[in-house]
Amino acid sequence: MEFFKYTRTFNFMGKSKKALVLSVLLVLASYALLVTKGLNYGVDFAGGTIVQVKYDKTAPIDEMREKLKSNILFDGATITEFGAPDEVVIRMKSTTGNVTVDVGDVTREALTGTGNYTIRRVDIVGPKVGSELKEKGIMSLVFAILGILVYVAFRFEWRFAVASIVALVHDISIALGAITLVGLDVNLDVLAALLTILGYSLNDTIIVFDRIREGITDSRNVALSDTINESITRTLARTTLTSLTTFFVVFTLFMFGGEIIHAFSFTLLVGIVVGTYSSVFVASPILLWFGFDVKNYHNKLAEKAKREAEKQRMRDQYESGVM
Amino acid sequence: MLKSTRMKLNYRIVIFALAIVFGIFFSAPSLFQLKDGKKVTLGLDLQGGLHMLLGVKTEEATKSRIKSIAASVKNFSNRNDILVDSLKFDATTTSFTLLDVDDIESMNDFLKGLKGLNVSLVGETYSLSLTPEEIIRTEEQAVDQAIETIRNRLDQFGLAEPIVARQGDEKILVELAGIKSQEEEQRARELISRAAKLELMAVDEERNARVYKMSASDAAAYGDVILEDVKNPAIKYLVREIPILDGNMLTDASMGFDQNNRPLINFKLNAEGAEIFGDFTGKSVGKRLAVVLDGQVYSAPNINERIGGGSGQISGNYTVMEAKDLSIALRSGALLAPIYLMEKRSVGPSLGADSIKASMVALIGGFILVIAFMLIYYRAAGVIANIALIANLFIILAVMSLFGATLTLPGMAGIVLTVGMAVDANVIISERIRELIYEGKSMHKAIEEGYSNAMRAILDANITTLIAAVVLYAYGTGAIKGFAITISIGILASMLTAILGTHGIYQMLESRIQKSHNNRFWFGIKG
Repeated sequence: MEFFKYTRTFNFMGKSKKALVLSVLLVLASYALLVTKGLNYGVDFAGGTIVQVKYDKTAPIDEMREKLKSNILFDGATITEFGAPDEVVIRMKSTTGNVTVDVGDVTREALTGTGNYTIRRVDIVGPKVGSELKEKGIMSLVFAILGILVYVAFRFEWRFAVASIVALVHDISIALGAITLVGLDVNLDVLAALLTILGYSLNDTIIVFDRIREGITDSRNVALSDTINESITRTLARTTLTSLTTFFVVFTLFMFGGEIIHAFSFTLLVGIVVGTYSSVFVASPILLWFGFDVKNYHNKLAEKAKREAEKQRMRDQYESGVM
Repeated sequence: MLKSTRMKLNYRIVIFALAIVFGIFFSAPSLFQLKDGKKVTLGLDLQGGLHMLLGVKTEEATKSRIKSIAASVKNFSNRNDILVDSLKFDATTTSFTLLDVDDIESMNDFLKGLKGLNVSLVGETYSLSLTPEEIIRTEEQAVDQAIETIRNRLDQFGLAEPIVARQGDEKILVELAGIKSQEEEQRARELISRAAKLELMAVDEERNARVYKMSASDAAAYGDVILEDVKNPAIKYLVREIPILDGNMLTDASMGFDQNNRPLINFKLNAEGAEIFGDFTGKSVGKRLAVVLDGQVYSAPNINERIGGGSGQISGNYTVMEAKDLSIALRSGALLAPIYLMEKRSVGPSLGADSIKASMVALIGGFILVIAFMLIYYRAAGVIANIALIANLFIILAVMSLFGATLTLPGMAGIVLTVGMAVDANVIISERIRELIYEGKSMHKAIEEGYSNAMRAILDANITTLIAAVVLYAYGTGAIKGFAITISIGILASMLTAILGTHGIYQMLESRIQKSHNNRFWFGIKG
């Protein structure tokens, strides 16, 4: 089976203006959402408590609310269904420092009389730990991007590196926008998903860039847009196929992986779609706009080859001289 | 027979075969839950358990240091008949006045023996405080001692392999697997956090009658404190603030039963403690001795005679379980400083089992989808890629088992994701080979050049993903680290299986592919 024939080259760069408009709109919309609605930090970063309760029947949410009113510890607590009607999570801002009796124990006591229930999960993140995790989280994103920037600059050329970073920032921004739109809790797992998107989206970009690099080196054609179009077309089958397989597995994770991994798989789903799009329509056109000069690159390559040849000649001479 | 002679062995296929044997051999213990062999450890989020970060209130350790200095000054002066007046202590200093100037010399000698003290003497009044270095040392020691104590207590609690480790400067990580219920978890937490500070204190018989009319500051003015009875908080005792002795001098504690078959705790004191105890009881016949544990009076028996031998009992209203936990706590020593909860993650075993089930469904579902897809799209090349994919899963599991790595829920997600990403290498390679076939290259050239052309891109792509994974490992915590681990192992394993392994298979089958002239069968394309 084949999705695409290699006989025809698609004119991707011809569509790059339209894609630019779309990308800019999406990114701006994401930032607007981030500013107005804001990210919904979960307990991992904001600190607080999560108690997951499972009942043997439909959870009596109203009754639970009534019971929780008894204690100021539960001020502002929210109760929401978690995956199934018999399971709920209680989220609250408050945390307790007492080791023996913590807010989870207090919740368990407070719910007495609401039916048969088990406490399945208690997460308590004190404010200090929360801000530490947040700091570490931001650092990890920054370091990952820096590391990638350095590597790509080293392996390709600085314009390639900048183009891939722009694509990454584009992807992360839109993913964050989608998270905000849906109102997901941002916890450590979402951060892990964002870092995975970094790696994944970059994978795609690099495969295309590798082709572009190859095309530039091999062909005499100096029109970069032609080379880019051809390279994208040639990798299109791979891009589609890998994106599809990855999408499939993440989608099964999203559907069947359970409520607890929902935010993670949702973030990944968005990331896969956006990442695939950006490697074709964001990263590659930027190369073009940055004025990557094929002729110049050819000259540089030729010069490098000449220097190598010169060195080799000197070495040969030296060796034969010694002999 | 004829066919098999056409298949050439090559070093790639040999390495690949060895890798598969390795994968199956070392993943078998985990897969089939064999008794022998190293197995993958399930993370607390999958098997259920308790993860806590505890902080240590180190300032309390310096406070109790000051208190114990006051106690030793008192013991010293009692023993040497030195008259000491207004012996007091607060959070940072212990102060007292000597009634007899002649005693200054022997008191100075005694104080010199106590390390890390700032001693100032104005007239006959001493004030003692800790040097800054001593404060740091005390705080440091408090954390070390807390870790040691918690570890000792948990080792005796009966759960398998509790983890107690220092994290950062003053945080303590506690991980307990295999907790079955919220109640058991709370029991464990109670055992961990219990100060287990035993003090034997003298009841102030002169003023005890007035205890119900006194406030805490009234009591402090006499050098006393008011303590409640453990069974009935309405009953109060007025006791001397400086204890006769404390749990430091305890050598053993164990559960026993009284004549009514109620659980109680027997304790033994060391030689020094026994001597102090004997001296005190000898002098205080007819008075009461309060047995105080964590600031509550457990009993206050009358002293009928001098008690030598240095053993005693703590009776209370406990269940057998409580008495057992309490004796564990006393045996493993008191916490120098109280601990508090900074972070807690507790997952019940049923939720863990649900998570395993859900992620297995996702893994198997995703796996089947990918395998079917590769088969339809690439035919025989798809089969080869799928062999590599299956080998990859075995190798991930084998490596994790071998290193005793922990499989967490995000780690499971990582494996699922690896399934999607590992076939990427084969997709890239197969596409390259298809291209070269279209260009009319010979099968040998198409395969060799296909691999070498694809190699650069695959390497660059994998290395950047590895960079992200390493950063995630370095900055991630707990379960997230598990994700970084499985992704990293998956990527490295895919280099072996998806690149080297499949290359070996192609080389082995090369002449067959060439002879068949059936590109549809081998690569899913026309021609």
